[in-house]
Amino acid sequence: MTYLSRRRFLKISGASIIATAALSSAGGVVKGAKKLEEKTGKKIKGIQKIPTYCSMCFWKCSAIAYVKNGELWKIVGNPEDPLSNGRLCPRGTGGVGAHYDPDRLKAPLIRKNERGEEKWVQVTWDEAFEYIASKMNKIKKDYGPESIGFFSHGIGGGFFKHLLKAYGTRNIAAPSFDQCLGPRDTAFEITYGDVIGGPERTDIENAKCIVLFGSHIGENMHNTQVQEFAKAVERGASIIVVDPRMSTAATKAKYYLPIKPGTDLALLLTWINILISEDLYDKDYVKKYTFGFEQLKAEVSKYTPEWAYPVTGIEPELIRKTAHEIARFIPSALVHPGRHSVWYGDDTQRGRALAIINALIGSWGRKGGLTNQDVFDIPSYPYPPYPEPKRQRADNPDKKYPFGGAEGYTTGLREATLTGKPYPIKGWFVYGTNLLYSLPNTEETIKAIQNLDLLVVIDVIPSEIAGYADVVLPEAVYLERYDELFAPYFKQPFVSIRQPVVDPPNDQKPGWWMAKQLSEKLGLQKYFPWKNIEEYLDTRLKSAGLSLAEIKKKGVIKGPEIPLNLEEGFEPEFETPTGKIELYSTVLAEKGFDPIPKFTKHKDPPAGYFRLLFGRAPMHSFSRTQTNRLLDNVMNENEVWINADVAKKYGLNSGDYIKLKNQDGVLSNKVKVKSTERIRTDCVYIVHGFGHNSRMLKGAYLKGASDSQLITKYKIDPLMGGTGMNVNFVTFEMEV
Amino acid sequence: MARFGMVIDTVKCVGCTDCVVACETENNVPVGFARDWIEQIAIGKFPDTHVEIRSERCNHCSEAPCVNCCPTGASHHSEFGGVVLVTHNECIGCKACIESCPYGARFVHPEGYIDKCTFCIHRVKEGKDPACVSVCPTHCMHFGDLDDPNSEVSKLLQKRKHHSLLPEAGTSPNIFYLT
Ligand code: SF4
Ligand code: SF4
Ligand code: SF4
Repeated sequence: MTYLSRRRFLKISGASIIATAALSSAGGVVKGAKKLEEKTGKKIKGIQKIPTYCSMCFWKCSAIAYVKNGELWKIVGNPEDPLSNGRLCPRGTGGVGAHYDPDRLKAPLIRKNERGEEKWVQVTWDEAFEYIASKMNKIKKDYGPESIGFFSHGIGGGFFKHLLKAYGTRNIAAPSFDQCLGPRDTAFEITYGDVIGGPERTDIENAKCIVLFGSHIGENMHNTQVQEFAKAVERGASIIVVDPRMSTAATKAKYYLPIKPGTDLALLLTWINILISEDLYDKDYVKKYTFGFEQLKAEVSKYTPEWAYPVTGIEPELIRKTAHEIARFIPSALVHPGRHSVWYGDDTQRGRALAIINALIGSWGRKGGLTNQDVFDIPSYPYPPYPEPKRQRADNPDKKYPFGGAEGYTTGLREATLTGKPYPIKGWFVYGTNLLYSLPNTEETIKAIQNLDLLVVIDVIPSEIAGYADVVLPEAVYLERYDELFAPYFKQPFVSIRQPVVDPPNDQKPGWWMAKQLSEKLGLQKYFPWKNIEEYLDTRLKSAGLSLAEIKKKGVIKGPEIPLNLEEGFEPEFETPTGKIELYSTVLAEKGFDPIPKFTKHKDPPAGYFRLLFGRAPMHSFSRTQTNRLLDNVMNENEVWINADVAKKYGLNSGDYIKLKNQDGVLSNKVKVKSTERIRTDCVYIVHGFGHNSRMLKGAYLKGASDSQLITKYKIDPLMGGTGMNVNFVTFEMEV
Repeated sequence: MARFGMVIDTVKCVGCTDCVVACETENNVPVGFARDWIEQIAIGKFPDTHVEIRSERCNHCSEAPCVNCCPTGASHHSEFGGVVLVTHNECIGCKACIESCPYGARFVHPEGYIDKCTFCIHRVKEGKDPACVSVCPTHCMHFGDLDDPNSEVSKLLQKRKHHSLLPEAGTSPNIFYLT
């Protein structure tokens, strides 16, 4: 660590960031330090192939990383992996660029000036942990341990979650729920007593008819889904896409329904009505497995295609035709439940309608529908029990949102931090999520941060939230570290390993190591009884009859196959109060919500404004990959999609730069116009994650516009607290 | 002699650019350049828009203007499957080939020579597919010998509707797009 002390008190704002071993080499990406050579003193020759699972999004495909002459060369899919089937997505392939990213955080930092000024003092790991531990001890003494909150995204957060539970808090929340798939999973849990999960239980591969609501598979690059979708396209499956924007998936569809934004529920209820009133639903299935059919029938009878036409903009004939098309393929039709579903604030009810229509076509437990899933059971490490917190969680006091995530509720935790109610929250740990991009209304987040005595950010790049941190802990990227085992619910149970492929180029460290070190400073070492991560992983694996040595070699170990559907002998069970699929929800009725979804109308944009829609591009993940030079190479800024007629009216051409201004007067960075025949006239679309304004993200600084900046308004889902974010309107500012 | 070519299914391609990124890592293509790229062409009026998504690269033309115009013979047809290649140390960087290529497939490598897609000939010689073909998550790309009527690529062309790029340029391109 001697080289560290030499640089310790260098300020690293802007261009003064510490010189690193990064050299621009003639061939390809910027190469990192050749650690292996340093160690051995001689050139490393030849190719090594090391299996490990990916972290470029959170699908966690298993990969094989190639190291050539001691340097990371390329990454390909592990053929044994049931998620990737040997083929990664562009981010997985481009993971090489995460290791070589010149904008990476390189050493622990402690804030010097005001929060957000990005002025730092570089410290040793020991100093960083001392600082954090002393603040945590003080917070515990003054406010109690529950006054620390944790926001986390990704499997690596697990070690910090463990540490913080041991410390005594349960205020743990994940934007992947409340800002993403929460409403969908809540709706399916209410209806079927089980979630859709991720990886989703959708059997796209075998579906004969697939309906997508705004779900832009192919742009949303969750690998297995895309691969199965491509197979379905090849097989000639009937694809129906409902989306205000002609997504990539829509370009493959037999029927494309350019629905008016915010009216999906109207179309769904109308389809449900047609299936029932024209006797097209799966009668045996509904009789055997569902509850509340008569109530449903009565409730939806008012939603006729003629009613839906002015609401959705979809002609009655097309609504009928597509309903018949879905019915034609029962029992191999699938209305995809979607994933990112926080749109309008009534999202759980829309999710309910998706759940109901899937019940009417009998998709749950059917081949080409929603399959059975199971997990490779690996017992958790035998830790001592956590201390019981004295106070209830602060994020959802008195269960204001009765179906709020069991995992904690993000904007509720932010609210508690802002108001000090039900009790003050004085410290945040943030792992792997750029909160200023993942939570709506950045102003509120920044205000909440001002109430904190401690903000610790653990990340690989200097994300915007890192700019507000008191302490920044630079994590080694996934290719440089061990992590928790991955064993998800999936149609083929398996367990996979993440293991180091190359050394971190600077003083970055794995999350597990940080958590363990910090536990010692906090006197919580009894919660980290293992010597190192290998011992931890081996203990867990051995308790499942496996070994670290074996999985290190294979990367993936599959469990036994399971029956996936009724055809294969799977008999579904529904853990709802009635033991049936609840078309009429008894739990919603009990809590005073609509037991059957009702259409609610959402506000239209005022004249001269357009609804702001956002989504994903296949080569980027959230706001975390824009400095990856390999991925920047294929997409280095986002564009605002504007209908060609609208663009013409405003005198805009593709390639022009404008700014977007939202209903609250918030102005975006400048963004390139894409004048296109692939979107409606009442909305515009941008890819999420661009428009960075952290100066330390040199490769991404001010490239494109950020939807997060423009999402000042959000509508909370009264059932589970998710934040509907498609409720912002923008206009064009020609001056840039 | 074999005639190597590609058949790419635009119906399945989602434009994810995995083929581009894989080419970058496989061939150490310098940042800022690319040997392959994605085009998305939209025709017609919303919502009846037709979109074609294509993964493009050097067409390894049988009548290659880039080969014909090269003053040193650096640009040539390889004995191996007719692949169009550039011999780096014979290339004087005059850029005539860049001018002559109607597809914009070539660029000046920072080391001074002209670079472009090689059909990953180093992989093909080992019996593997080119990198882009081997990674494509949708399996929409196919590589093989177009002169062999029993090859997968030939069979696909017999079975499916297809087109090539700028046939009017008279270059006899060897990449075909299924529609
Ligand atoms: S989908 Fe892509 S980024 Fe996500 S885990 Fe798989 S390869 Fe990695
Ligand atoms: S990898 Fe395949 S699906 Fe993706 S853009 Fe390239 S050709 Fe298309
Ligand atoms: S595509 Fe261009 S570079 Fe390739 S062979 Fe044809 S003319 Fe030459």
